[in-house]
Amino acid sequence: MWSGTPLFPESASTMAPRVDALYFFLLAIAAFFSLLIAGLIVYFAVKFHRRSPDEVGARIHGGLALEIAWTVIPLMIVMVIFVWGASVYYAMARPPDETLNIYVVGKQWMWKFQHLDGQREINELHVPVGRAVKLITTSEDVIHDFFVPAFRIKADVVPGRYVNLWFNATKPGRYRLECAEYCGTRHSGMIGEVIVMDPSEYQTWLSGGSSEGSLASAGAKLFQDLACNTCHRPDAQGRGPVLDGLFGKTVQLQSGETITVDEAYIRQSILHPTAQVASGFQPIMPTFQGLVTEEQLLELVEYVKSLAARPETPAARPATGGPAPGEATPVKR
Amino acid sequence: MPSSTVLIPPRHYLNDGYGIKSWLLTRDHKRIALLYLASVTFFFFVGGAMAVLIRLDLATPAGDLVTDETYNKLFTMHGVMMVFFFLIPAIPSVLGNFLVPIMIGAKDLAFPKLNLFSWYIYVVGGLFTLYALITGGVDTGWTFYTPFSTVSSTTNVIPTALGIFITGFSSILTGLNFIVTIHRMRAPGMTWFRMPLFLWSTYATSLINVLGTPVIAITVLLVAAERVFHFGFFDPRVGGDPVLFQHLFWFYSHPAVYIMVLPAMGVVSELVAGGCRKPVFGYAFVAFASLAIAVLGFLVWGHHLFVAGESVYSAMIFSMLSYLVAIPSAIKVFNWTATMYKGSVSWETPMLYAYGFIGLFTIGGLTGLFVAAIAVDVHVTDTYFIIAHFHYIMVGGTIMGYLGGLHYWWPKISGRLYNEGLAKLSAGIIFVGFNLTFFPQFVLGYLGMPRRYHAYPPDFQVLNVLSSAGASILGIGYLIPMFYLMWSLRYGRLAGSNPWGSVGLEWTTTSPPPTENFAETPIVTWDAYDYHAPVEGHVA
Repeated sequence: MWSGTPLFPESASTMAPRVDALYFFLLAIAAFFSLLIAGLIVYFAVKFHRRSPDEVGARIHGGLALEIAWTVIPLMIVMVIFVWGASVYYAMARPPDETLNIYVVGKQWMWKFQHLDGQREINELHVPVGRAVKLITTSEDVIHDFFVPAFRIKADVVPGRYVNLWFNATKPGRYRLECAEYCGTRHSGMIGEVIVMDPSEYQTWLSGGSSEGSLASAGAKLFQDLACNTCHRPDAQGRGPVLDGLFGKTVQLQSGETITVDEAYIRQSILHPTAQVASGFQPIMPTFQGLVTEEQLLELVEYVKSLAARPETPAARPATGGPAPGEATPVKR
Repeated sequence: MPSSTVLIPPRHYLNDGYGIKSWLLTRDHKRIALLYLASVTFFFFVGGAMAVLIRLDLATPAGDLVTDETYNKLFTMHGVMMVFFFLIPAIPSVLGNFLVPIMIGAKDLAFPKLNLFSWYIYVVGGLFTLYALITGGVDTGWTFYTPFSTVSSTTNVIPTALGIFITGFSSILTGLNFIVTIHRMRAPGMTWFRMPLFLWSTYATSLINVLGTPVIAITVLLVAAERVFHFGFFDPRVGGDPVLFQHLFWFYSHPAVYIMVLPAMGVVSELVAGGCRKPVFGYAFVAFASLAIAVLGFLVWGHHLFVAGESVYSAMIFSMLSYLVAIPSAIKVFNWTATMYKGSVSWETPMLYAYGFIGLFTIGGLTGLFVAAIAVDVHVTDTYFIIAHFHYIMVGGTIMGYLGGLHYWWPKISGRLYNEGLAKLSAGIIFVGFNLTFFPQFVLGYLGMPRRYHAYPPDFQVLNVLSSAGASILGIGYLIPMFYLMWSLRYGRLAGSNPWGSVGLEWTTTSPPPTENFAETPIVTWDAYDYHAPVEGHVA
């Protein structure tokens, strides 16, 4: 009956062996101390078993050397574990510079994936082997959690935020994808597969079936349809900041703080435009909350990102310089 | 030593009035302890019945027994009942209520009426939650994570939250009562460092109860308010933050783990000292470890949020603090084990539970090292590894401690001895059933089976069937003591004042004790667990 019953998960990402190594170290520590304590208890229970009804124990109250030993030695061991666990986690939390980006939207009870080239998938994610993949995730409703046991990665997918996670798959195959944060009735049905392919197969897969155009081009169309372009004009004559060359730059805010323009900032500027206004602009942009879906938001974000590649005109730098005269007083809400 | 000549005392707290009013209006801490015993036992079996249904359902990968909705309600109500209505109150309100005044040589707690009032609050809170259960249940998980609990769930969230809110006041008032009692009512000569260690851990627990419980009260109130008025504290669409809830929730609910396990640690200190007839090794270290756990326990809540979008550096700080809180627990385990060295070690039932506690708590604590290591936690959090880890602490720890204590002090509570053979048998069944239930779940968790899954891949069935088989054994193990303890009330041999040959003030008074506990206020001239001092009631 044990055949076919796995006892250890598959290891299919660059992170998996690093997590497993720490896990085995912890298993060794746990086994050693469990056996030590259990062994001592059994040994003492037999050796010092009460021999007569009136017998009392020896008059021992304690020993300072022992107390120090079993305080300091465990402390040193756990600090080693802490540093090890934190350093592997640090690598998990920092994606490499060059990644293949894929957007993930969780909703009760399915996973939706949007590739930059325009492919969309539900509950299946195709990725190439041997390449760092960054997932930019968000949720349409409640908190979900993106979990691929074979990759040893997991992150909560939180509404109202972009949470990133990354992996580099090492073996072609199909791996289980699960929602690990309880999300309601069909929580255990919110599952799927990550399909890791050889690069050539992946190219074939990519070229098949994409008729909708890239994510950025869908965003460009939406940018026109929502009339964003009336204010965000590339010639710096609009009422809003020029978006060309903006992504990844650091801009100054009205509050005096600075912020690096990333996916989360673009998202927030669309949904809560007055929350963090770039210096030199008036908080006049209306919110698009409720007018765009999470997926459309991602298209817009990707469109703005695609503008980063365009040549930056000198006038398109309102945020890094000081505010233009006459624009310094923001309209109070 | 039990001897054939022991007599039941003519006057004791159980025959001091017989009518229903003499119980429901009592101010005697011992009778209130028994009121709690009946009520926490009721909630334990309600919560346990749900656990049995969960495990039966998980015997097949498709979850054929109940629907998704019912399954989600089952694990939610199992958690709510067990955590808020059994594990948190059990040891303090049953054993603590019975023992705190007796162990310090007092006639009662500082505020006897408040003590009775606490029980009524507990019952009202419990009835609210039972009402929520009977009229449809709740499906948010015992953790009530937002925004699911605030905008998505259509079940009885508000009555359940109010039940928890109300019951919290019972914990706060009981904690307050214990703190004042321990400060103000110790008998002459009963200095802090002569107190039994059970009192140190009860004191530490009471501090957490008083300081932490208001936070969970506010948190569940915010959830209820958000459901009714849509304020948006936790709703990102209006600028709220769903993760804020998790910070508030765990700020109480992590210390609550120590509310559950610290009293059990106190019980085990008593069991080990009594079972070895020897002072607990390193008394002061064990006592201060309790306080260290109470303080550090408030600083580690963020380790529940490693995958919830916490910043890298706050995750590291919470990870390190979590390792620090492991040290006082380790100190306790080493000291209990060392106490057995050159002891007069008993193999009677209370000591069997103490062995069980130390073994299972050690595994629970060591697997805590896994989940405090951030990189490993990322993989195992929200899986069955976590389920197994905290059941080793709460069931392997708290319930073993509770049952051990109940068996140790049962002769004092009832005046009679239970059937030792049956008691040993059920302790063995519980130990085996527990490990069979929860050990496979560590393996399932590392394999990647998420918690709260009604259906799972067929590969995992063998391990799930083992776990379900263990749960049925465990269930039987818990039922047996119900019967022989009830039986002993009428037919058990008379215990006499000190059936175990232990020292401690509770063993110097009659079994059952008189309403005022002692014929005259004791004067304490000896340290705790002093088996060599010439005191009345001790054996040497």
